[in-house]
Amino acid sequence: MQTRVLIPTGALGLGFSQEALARGVGMAPDIICVDGGSTDSGPYYLGTATSKYSRAVCKAEWRALMLARAELGVPLVIGSCGTCGADAMVDWMMQITTELAVELGQQLKVARLYSDQPVERVKAARLRALGGLKPELRGNIVALAGVEQMQAALATGADIVLAGRMTDTAVIAAYPLLRGAHAGAAWHGGKIGECGAQCSTNPTSGVVVIDFDERGFEVQPMARGARCTPYTVSAHMLYENADPFILHEPGGYLDVRAAKYMPLDERRVRVEGAKWVKADYTVKLEGAALKGYQSIILALLRDPYYVKNAKIWLEKMHRVLRPLIDAQIGGDYALEFRLIGLDATLGALETGSATPNEAGVMGVVTADTQAAASEIAKLINPFLLHFPLSDSEAVPTFAFPFSPAHTDRGPLYEFTLNHVMPLNDPMAAFRLESGVIDAA
Amino acid sequence: MLLKDAVQLIRSKNAGPFWVTVDVFCGNPAVFETVQKSLGTKAVAAALQVPLKHMKRFDIASLHVIKFSFPRTPPQGARQDRDMHGAQYAHVLMGLEISA
Repeated sequence: MQTRVLIPTGALGLGFSQEALARGVGMAPDIICVDGGSTDSGPYYLGTATSKYSRAVCKAEWRALMLARAELGVPLVIGSCGTCGADAMVDWMMQITTELAVELGQQLKVARLYSDQPVERVKAARLRALGGLKPELRGNIVALAGVEQMQAALATGADIVLAGRMTDTAVIAAYPLLRGAHAGAAWHGGKIGECGAQCSTNPTSGVVVIDFDERGFEVQPMARGARCTPYTVSAHMLYENADPFILHEPGGYLDVRAAKYMPLDERRVRVEGAKWVKADYTVKLEGAALKGYQSIILALLRDPYYVKNAKIWLEKMHRVLRPLIDAQIGGDYALEFRLIGLDATLGALETGSATPNEAGVMGVVTADTQAAASEIAKLINPFLLHFPLSDSEAVPTFAFPFSPAHTDRGPLYEFTLNHVMPLNDPMAAFRLESGVIDAA
Repeated sequence: MLLKDAVQLIRSKNAGPFWVTVDVFCGNPAVFETVQKSLGTKAVAAALQVPLKHMKRFDIASLHVIKFSFPRTPPQGARQDRDMHGAQYAHVLMGLEISA
């Protein structure tokens, strides 16, 4: 049986062409699949269980997808709700869905899949490390679901599935696999479609349609003028993948080394030949935990003499500051300065040596409390404003673009897990709930 | 000549919070062959200050692409991290010399 999947965008909140969506709806897909998250924006979102994207934007885009679903009468599913896929973000999407159901007068069966992991469960598990990181079992932890959990959610007969953290590929692969698609093709197509139209010549247009069958899949973009070519499709395997041929997923891995990418016409590509290799059932964990609080302070050097000698000046000032902070404030803290215009981006990897017109000095203070970080930033303030290169020169005054000169940045979170957790039953680490919103 | 002047595009991006991947798009078979011969994994590892044994390399003739993947230190979003999405590592490769 063929399964036609409509993928409106790479992530809810990222935007898509309404015209392309309408064209996709016109193709009568069997399901609408969209991803809602990623670790790509850093640990803060999982650490706080919050969304990176604006609620208003997510709601507007979800409204368009809910209308498309109602018109088609097919399931609408989203994976990794609210960037991090934490339980609180599944509930956030549920709230948005409920508001929209009322506004649109829709009656809906909604399934919610939760991915949060209690610390006790992770502690009891035999974790397998994927790298050298020592696991820290605290803060927020989620497990990435695969296709089985999404299939269980679809089996409730849900009109809408709101899933917590899961792999981008599984959001798309779950339904075709349920309907007998070729396993290698389902996972491969899932990877090709996970960023929406990124696999086409017009990446920002968002919308693609993928047809899955018993031998392969066919992909086409929905935006006018956009094309999928064997090059754009196969090149998407490079994107954000450490290995462009092997992709590990819950319960196995995808091997695309023998995949063939064949043009069907100018804008459609057929792909066959990928293999799905079964393995022990493991799910990847993501964790983010509080690592302190930060204050930052920014000054600008415009005096060519100081720009030219910025590194020496900064080292000298840093040497004066350290004992002062230790004596007057103390406690555990980290202080780092970055010279914007010189090497703030690449640090020790920078090889360029041009002298710019100006340089920014960004001081980053990290301490155990916000109050301590703020105190240290305030101690630094007069130095960053007036510190002279030598005692024999007039006291300089640099540019502070803001008052106050420092900004309390709030908590710092870091990723704490790079591990997989084995499961005897795919549902053992996930929770499924379903209910009805009746606003009709 | 500089690698960036020989090829079509060099891009980098996180591959999860603990890895970075860099794609060198050569654009055509001739440039791919030249770059394949003259861009040593050792030189790339040295420029990125990554131990050679941690550097993965994929020469993908069908795409005229040479891809490098390596563990990210510091990990994404750690206190010392300077580039949340890892997209500036590409600039380190752009400045490498190759013999054309």
